[in-house]
Amino acid sequence: MTRFFDMGGYALYVWPSYAITLGAVVLNVIWARRSLSRARAAARRRLAGGGSGT
Amino acid sequence: MTNVTAVTGEPAALAGEEGRGPPAPASMLDAARLVLLRDLKLAFRRRGQLVQPLAFFAMVTTLFPLAVSPELSRLREVAPGVLWVAALLASLLALEFLFRDDAHDGTLEQYSLSGQPLTWLMLAKTVTHWLLTGAPLALMAPLAALSLGAPGASVPGIVICVAVGTVALSLIGSIGAALTLGIRRSGVLLALLTLPLSLPVLIFGARATELAIRGSAYGAPLELLAAMAILGITLAPLAAAAGVRISLE
Amino acid sequence: MNWTWFHRLASPPYIFALARRLTPWFGWTSGLLIAAGLYGGLVLAPPDYQQGDGFRIIYVHAPSAWMSLMVYTTMAVAAAIGLIWRIKVAHAVAASCAPIGASFTFAALATGSLWGAPMWGTWWEWDPRLTSELILLFLYLGYMGLRGSIEDTQRADRASAVLAVVGIVNVPIIHYSVTWWNSLHQAPSVMRLGKPAMPVAMLVPLLIMLLAFTLFFVAVLLVRLRGEILSRERAASWIGEALGS
Repeated sequence: MTRFFDMGGYALYVWPSYAITLGAVVLNVIWARRSLSRARAAARRRLAGGGSGT
Repeated sequence: MTNVTAVTGEPAALAGEEGRGPPAPASMLDAARLVLLRDLKLAFRRRGQLVQPLAFFAMVTTLFPLAVSPELSRLREVAPGVLWVAALLASLLALEFLFRDDAHDGTLEQYSLSGQPLTWLMLAKTVTHWLLTGAPLALMAPLAALSLGAPGASVPGIVICVAVGTVALSLIGSIGAALTLGIRRSGVLLALLTLPLSLPVLIFGARATELAIRGSAYGAPLELLAAMAILGITLAPLAAAAGVRISLE
Repeated sequence: MNWTWFHRLASPPYIFALARRLTPWFGWTSGLLIAAGLYGGLVLAPPDYQQGDGFRIIYVHAPSAWMSLMVYTTMAVAAAIGLIWRIKVAHAVAASCAPIGASFTFAALATGSLWGAPMWGTWWEWDPRLTSELILLFLYLGYMGLRGSIEDTQRADRASAVLAVVGIVNVPIIHYSVTWWNSLHQAPSVMRLGKPAMPVAMLVPLLIMLLAFTLFFVAVLLVRLRGEILSRERAASWIGEALGS
């Protein structure tokens, strides 16, 4: 088990790399969902406020 | 007197000249020449603005001996890099003026409606930019290089390298300038857009200049610079014209 | 040739509904594949005889780098389509790509740096591949900056599209930089013609991760695309219905 965490001595480089990349994955999920919900809210406001504009 | 109507071929009456009838539409070469002369004339009316990028270049190259070390042997090593960074920044400074005034007074719109290929006119404007910025920089660069410890024999090589490289820089810069037209305080954004595309020019320009200063053969990087300049001449005005049209929509 | 499929792809409500339906498939599949790839890469693959366990960074570095290039290419192609045929959906796709690509370019640079430190003895090297990958990050940021600076969406779409297309020259430079120049970075071992240069046990998790990240990109793209479409369809009638869900 410790050999796994130790990564043959390269732990300092391997684990932060995985953390950064998986962080990017998670960040993208959160970010995308947030941008979608913001767009939906804005669209709802537009529909409620003006009805059909041109 | 060079005026926009000679390029666009519109009735002379609009220009305030009576009773002459519409001039024949200009050929592409004539149109380009007129745009170039007009830009040069306008630039020389504001000589102060003309000198600014050059003064900036001189100042930036002065900063390094003061900040790094006055020892010529050390300066000689960094001279190529200093020259090119300064040239790039000075070129960037001058880019803002490339389209701005013409966009403000409607000249760009006239150009786009003129029936002349906008791409060709953009090339003419970019040539002017180079004549006003790149060419003087190419002539000033040796002076800066000498002050940074370069040997006198390297002067011709430096002039050639900077001249060719600044052609590429002007062309690349015209794309960003066209895209950021009409954006307020676009200076930083313009730099952000132009610098990534200019990095290859910087890299090879500095390499060529370094070889010239050392007295070695600088043909290989110079050829690459020339290739970039040629690629720029063929493609950049197209992108700049597209950018101008989009900004004018 | 029947072009109906093309026209349908250009229709915002169709794409919106399609995106909503497809997202879970791409999302969950990519999640499973990432898990599989992680297990394969961290546990199953044998240590490299030269780099020991340090080489395992490849299982996150290579997919990130792949993403940075693939996403930019997608963005540029979509931008070109939007410019040429004036298709709003294409512009929406391009806009959706940029943040994804930028984040993985950053990840590629960071993981590359972490890999280079023990292996090359340096955190950074101004060699062609690293420098051009850095340029790619700047291009993404410039693209997003340009979009953000133009208020009118249509103008922002078109201006940033020109930028995206101009910047495409960087992609082949990045990919071929290791073959054209003497680079510190290793030559391509997977993305090249002929057999890959890696033993199977190491290669399979890598291929799984590459596929996984690609599917992940599609999933995230589809989510962002819906938002971008919504913001471009000012008061279209189909929105009310679509939002009800």
